[in-house]
Amino acid sequence: MTVGALARERPAGRVTRVQALLWRRPWMRAALLLGPGLTWFVVIYLASLVLLLITAFWQINPFTTAIERVWNIDNFRTLVTDGTYRLIILRTIGLAAAVTITDAVLAFPFAYYMARVASRRVQTALFAAVLLPLWASYLARVYAWILILNHDGVLNWSLLLLHLPPASLGYTNWAMWIVFSYIWLPFMIIPTYAALERIPPSYLEAAADLGARQGRVTWDVILPLALPGIVAGSIFTFSLTLGDYVTPLLVGGAGSSFIGNVVYGNVGIAHNIPFAAALAVVPVAVMALYLVGARRLGAFEAM
Amino acid sequence: MRPAALRLEGVSKRYGRVLAVEDVSLAIAEGEFFTLLGPSGSGKTTLLRLIAGFEHPDTGRIELAGKDVTAVPPYARATNTVFQDYALFPHMTVAANVEYGLKVRQLPREERRRRVAEGLAMVRLAGLGYRRPSQLSGGQRQRVALARAIVNQPEVLLLDEPLGALDLKLRVEMQVELKRIQRELGITFIYVTHDQDEALTMSDRVAVLNGGRIEQLGSPVDLYERPANEFVAGFIGVSNVIERDGQRLVIRPERIRILRPEEAPDIGSQVEDGLVQDVIYAGMVTRYAVQLDRGGRLLVVQQNTESAAHASDLRGRRVRLAWRPEQVFNISAPQSDRPEPKGNA
Repeated sequence: MTVGALARERPAGRVTRVQALLWRRPWMRAALLLGPGLTWFVVIYLASLVLLLITAFWQINPFTTAIERVWNIDNFRTLVTDGTYRLIILRTIGLAAAVTITDAVLAFPFAYYMARVASRRVQTALFAAVLLPLWASYLARVYAWILILNHDGVLNWSLLLLHLPPASLGYTNWAMWIVFSYIWLPFMIIPTYAALERIPPSYLEAAADLGARQGRVTWDVILPLALPGIVAGSIFTFSLTLGDYVTPLLVGGAGSSFIGNVVYGNVGIAHNIPFAAALAVVPVAVMALYLVGARRLGAFEAM
Repeated sequence: MRPAALRLEGVSKRYGRVLAVEDVSLAIAEGEFFTLLGPSGSGKTTLLRLIAGFEHPDTGRIELAGKDVTAVPPYARATNTVFQDYALFPHMTVAANVEYGLKVRQLPREERRRRVAEGLAMVRLAGLGYRRPSQLSGGQRQRVALARAIVNQPEVLLLDEPLGALDLKLRVEMQVELKRIQRELGITFIYVTHDQDEALTMSDRVAVLNGGRIEQLGSPVDLYERPANEFVAGFIGVSNVIERDGQRLVIRPERIRILRPEEAPDIGSQVEDGLVQDVIYAGMVTRYAVQLDRGGRLLVVQQNTESAAHASDLRGRRVRLAWRPEQVFNISAPQSDRPEPKGNA
């Protein structure tokens, strides 16, 4: 070895040795980067999901309310056979679907205007308008809606001024539909906007060039290309509605319970944790199915 | 007389303070391969977009096949465009892309299928109709974009730098293809490019644009052999301009001869002495940069008909250049000499 070659060699310090090791073994680098997050995810999230699933197959002693670790599927049988629970599950899923469709219909023209029509300044203003409500507390916004929808709230007061018959929307499923649609709307607008903004203007010009009028361009080109964004948004609106229990509690009426409310009741009042777990598995399963469908429609590429 | 396929009269378009197209008038004959040539920002793409209807002119008239279409939206114009980025619909197959214009116009299914097959065959993509645009190469996408436009049998086909994204070899191949398709279909082509070679090889006529105005309009031979002004002389071919007696003169580099030491110039030739500053060997030709004693610098191109191994010996040597006076074009200022930028079609 020549003197020159020796001079060029770096002293093999501790840091360089570690770096070299990481370079030779890529899995080590991956473990180092993903470790903390993955640990959290596995221990806290997945483990509790597994516990939930296991608990759902247990039961309680009806007299002592103590959990008995006896494997059975009675909890699920009750869910399917008992009309009350079936109704609650269908109500929850139905309303989540209604809210999702409503938000998609409201968000599309709004996002379209933001992405393709508005000037830079208007765009920024609209962005602020969409995101600003998210700064306010969820509870404050729900209470605001109570003030609007109440029997002597702003809505009826306005209707009275217009000499129209009052609408008693407060504490109904309609009220829940309105409040949910309002609260989750930004989560639909943003991904729809992102998808619309990514469509090159030349696609729209090409469609027009080939003879398509605006309506046809929207239907044939804009909508299919924005669909992944809309589906991505629907994951938020659907799952957030599905799992909510505060809005049904505050704006829903006597017969407006959601899955979440029944879970809450079974945990806090009835002390029937295995049944609460079985009930909680329902939205998880529904969401799993929903995500499989969303993946098919390319929603994950749009996020 | 048949009406021109396209006629522009005094068309101007302004974006804010920028005048993108200024008072352009021209007429393009049916079946003509017409090129709008110019550097970026010269207004050539804006002009194309005005013809397609994507932009509305501030002043002026646009006529397609004798009909005033100035106020007609793009979907109702008998033009089709091949976009620079191809603008193929990514969510449709190649066949669905090509079929789209026919479908919008509600042609019967049988005819649509026949025309799509013909269109794809025309661009040599038969059998690839089931693919998605993302599964094609750049050159193939280019062909799909072309097929999608021509199946509609437009009055005028507009091409916006369609070969810009292709590599050189493919570009030359596509130039030949485009010319063949144009001949076979007999459709009027309006072709936008900044590439002078492309313009000269493909076009029947070329409009050279600069700053939103037509600098010169004529056949490739006109533009190259009789440039109307210094801009055209410089943009098409090499800018070989020298100043003599207050006159600015253009001499094309391949028209200049380098005389051997004992060689006498042809009778009537003009002769100037100079110093060879640089010699560039480029395979087919060798380029010499010669600094003239009377001022100015000329580029000289010589065919390498024999081995050019000794060409570089000329570097730093004194030479005598000769050219025939009819090869010299005076491009000095008088703008009245400028040919009227009107079509002679």
